[in-house]
Amino acid sequence: MMLKGYVHKILPFSAVDGPGNRTVIFLQGCNFDCIYCHNPETIRRCSHCGECIKACPYAALGLERGKILWKQDLCRDCDGCIRACPYDSSPKVQTMDVEEIMDHIRKVGGFISGVTLSGGECTLQAAFVIEIFKRVREMGLTAFLDTNGFVPLQQMKEMALTMDMAMVDLKSYDGEEHRMLTGKGNEPVIENIRYLAEIHKLYEIRTVIVPELLDNRKNVDKISRLIATLDPNIRYKLIWFRSVGVREGAKIWKEPTEELMKELVAIAEKNGCKNVVMV
Amino acid sequence: MNNIYRVVQDQGLTYQQKVLQLAREAENSIEVLHISKEAKDYMEKRVICDLFEGKAPYRPRYILPDYERLMKIGSKFLELNPPADLWEAVNHLLIFYKHVPSITSFPVFVGVLDQLLEPFIVNEEEAYKIIKLFFIHMDRTLTDSFVHANIGPHDSRAGRLILKAERELKNAVPNLTLRYSKDTPKDFALEAVQTGLEVSKPYFANHEMFVREFGKEYGIASCYNGLPVGGGSYTLVRLNLKRLAEEAGNQETFFKQYIPHAVGLVTEIMDERIRFLVEESGFFESSFLAKEGFIHKDRFTAMFGIFGLAECVNLFLNARDRRDRYGHSEKAKELGYQIVKKIEEAVNQHRNLYCQGTGQRFLLHAQSGISADIDATAGCRIPIGDEPELLDHILYAAKFHPLFPSGISDIFTFESTAKNNPEFVLDIIRGAMEKGMRMFAFSSGDNDLMRVTGYLVKKSEMKKRKAGEPVLQDTVALGLEAVENQRLLERKVIKNDA
Repeated sequence: MMLKGYVHKILPFSAVDGPGNRTVIFLQGCNFDCIYCHNPETIRRCSHCGECIKACPYAALGLERGKILWKQDLCRDCDGCIRACPYDSSPKVQTMDVEEIMDHIRKVGGFISGVTLSGGECTLQAAFVIEIFKRVREMGLTAFLDTNGFVPLQQMKEMALTMDMAMVDLKSYDGEEHRMLTGKGNEPVIENIRYLAEIHKLYEIRTVIVPELLDNRKNVDKISRLIATLDPNIRYKLIWFRSVGVREGAKIWKEPTEELMKELVAIAEKNGCKNVVMV
Repeated sequence: MNNIYRVVQDQGLTYQQKVLQLAREAENSIEVLHISKEAKDYMEKRVICDLFEGKAPYRPRYILPDYERLMKIGSKFLELNPPADLWEAVNHLLIFYKHVPSITSFPVFVGVLDQLLEPFIVNEEEAYKIIKLFFIHMDRTLTDSFVHANIGPHDSRAGRLILKAERELKNAVPNLTLRYSKDTPKDFALEAVQTGLEVSKPYFANHEMFVREFGKEYGIASCYNGLPVGGGSYTLVRLNLKRLAEEAGNQETFFKQYIPHAVGLVTEIMDERIRFLVEESGFFESSFLAKEGFIHKDRFTAMFGIFGLAECVNLFLNARDRRDRYGHSEKAKELGYQIVKKIEEAVNQHRNLYCQGTGQRFLLHAQSGISADIDATAGCRIPIGDEPELLDHILYAAKFHPLFPSGISDIFTFESTAKNNPEFVLDIIRGAMEKGMRMFAFSSGDNDLMRVTGYLVKKSEMKKRKAGEPVLQDTVALGLEAVENQRLLERKVIKNDA
């Protein structure tokens, strides 16, 4: 049987998902439920409730045999459907096989350094991801994984071996705070980070900075110390929390000031990190 | 006389700008060219535009001297022996530049500078200081943004020092091109990308493509014009395809009658300008550049320019919706291509004995527009506001680039955060070149230096000029007018995740 995956979106070019220009494949479905999630429409699979149909001004959505039908040619990407979805999903999610994904990649092959699998949480569809990685590397492109780090990669050796490198979120160093933020503990995440660093496949660690919600100074301090002991050249990316794209409930959180961000960068650098960026 | 009086009193011009303007007035006060009434009519209707080249051509429009020769044997006329060190090398060049004529009276090509200077680099710290002074001198005395330097395709200390100086100085002059090839080392190319994101230059030129057409001895001059080194272009006359389309009214007569007719009139004007320049002006007989072998008549050619392709195509297709317009529709692309091919065919049938540099043929040039253009887009570019997504934009534009050996370019503006990932931009440039793109111009939206059409002007200088103050570079006024007429500040910005 042909391997299929739930694909939220394919971005042909991206400057912010690993080295060089990359095609990013966002898979649908996530095992975290972060308070500040910037693309909550990637969390769950569509329940075919039909709420989005009314929200579409272009008649690009319909129901067919109880399932949502997305008419791509009519869609203008206004995202009205996504705002209307009561279920953190999107009617535009497509079931695609590996060959269809590869068609997209081949079209842009000459323009990219590689492909990044992102989400949602793409390790939840491991077999699909592994197959894409293999094919991508056959083309001479690099294969990057963007993960929340919860699924233990050590038990998924094939994934770890097939990819070039991974980018992992470490949203909080404190277990309790991590659970409050994401719904899950951070032990497996830190475990994955150690493992990936050991096999030299850890490209980047990211932390989103949200004043008041998180103890940002403590997190950056601890995480940067961890990075410095693993390999100070691993990139540490500090991300400004932005209220664009988040759920209503998260709009109450303030965006960090530039002073705070610079202070955090300085902490990480003082702790020995040699490659700290803020975006 | 009124014009002369106005120039004399103009408080917005520097002394030097006044002198050049007065020279133009003097040149235009005589009638020595024999141009047919038909051609003159087309010029009056602005179907054909001679870019105000002047009525008595007494120097080629673009000259690309063989500067290697200056480095090797010096110049008798200028009493310069071959330079012995970097100080002498840049001093020689700066002297020489003041004796290279052009349409603007400033040298439009100042050489492949990294190759010229590399042999003289001993101590990098001292070399950097010298190169910086050299570049500052160029910016403050060659006060015109069409002055164009080249580097590459190979890595060199000189090349890296030049890029570093450009990033530090942020000057409009000189314009800069990296001749980029598959063999250009990645880290050198990345340094050029980083520079481009900060100061909107260099261009990346498709080296392999230019070498196929001109051989290795080519240079990029003025805006983005590929021409033979040791030669240049006598003239550039351009055809406004939008206005020609309006004259024709329908597509069939446009192809059958109007293109051949208009090409005939443009070539007539070009022939006559070249005839006067070569046979009557005495330029090649008297200039030390020719006498001492820095230029050779048989390395010259001439440029046949076109512009307004987008509007021409949209007119024939009656395209109102974005998806039907040039820049989006496949049909529009195909029609545009057929139009240029038809022009190419007609231009290639014409022979001019003095264009030995290119087999007696004129070269097609997608002209970047002048500040007064209001309703016709530069060359084959997609109109501002109509730009498609990046990949589609590149593929659309790349279709046209092989057709224009003497230059065509498209401009891409990246978000400033692309600076965090210069490889992103390099990947795109490399892909674009594989698809046949000839010249890739890029910048970041928040740079003070902006690429107007082909040349660079500082936004801050345009502000000064707008307030009526004199500014050093004559291109600032052109830039300001173009920005106001052509919505240049509204170019699409490429998102980092699009």
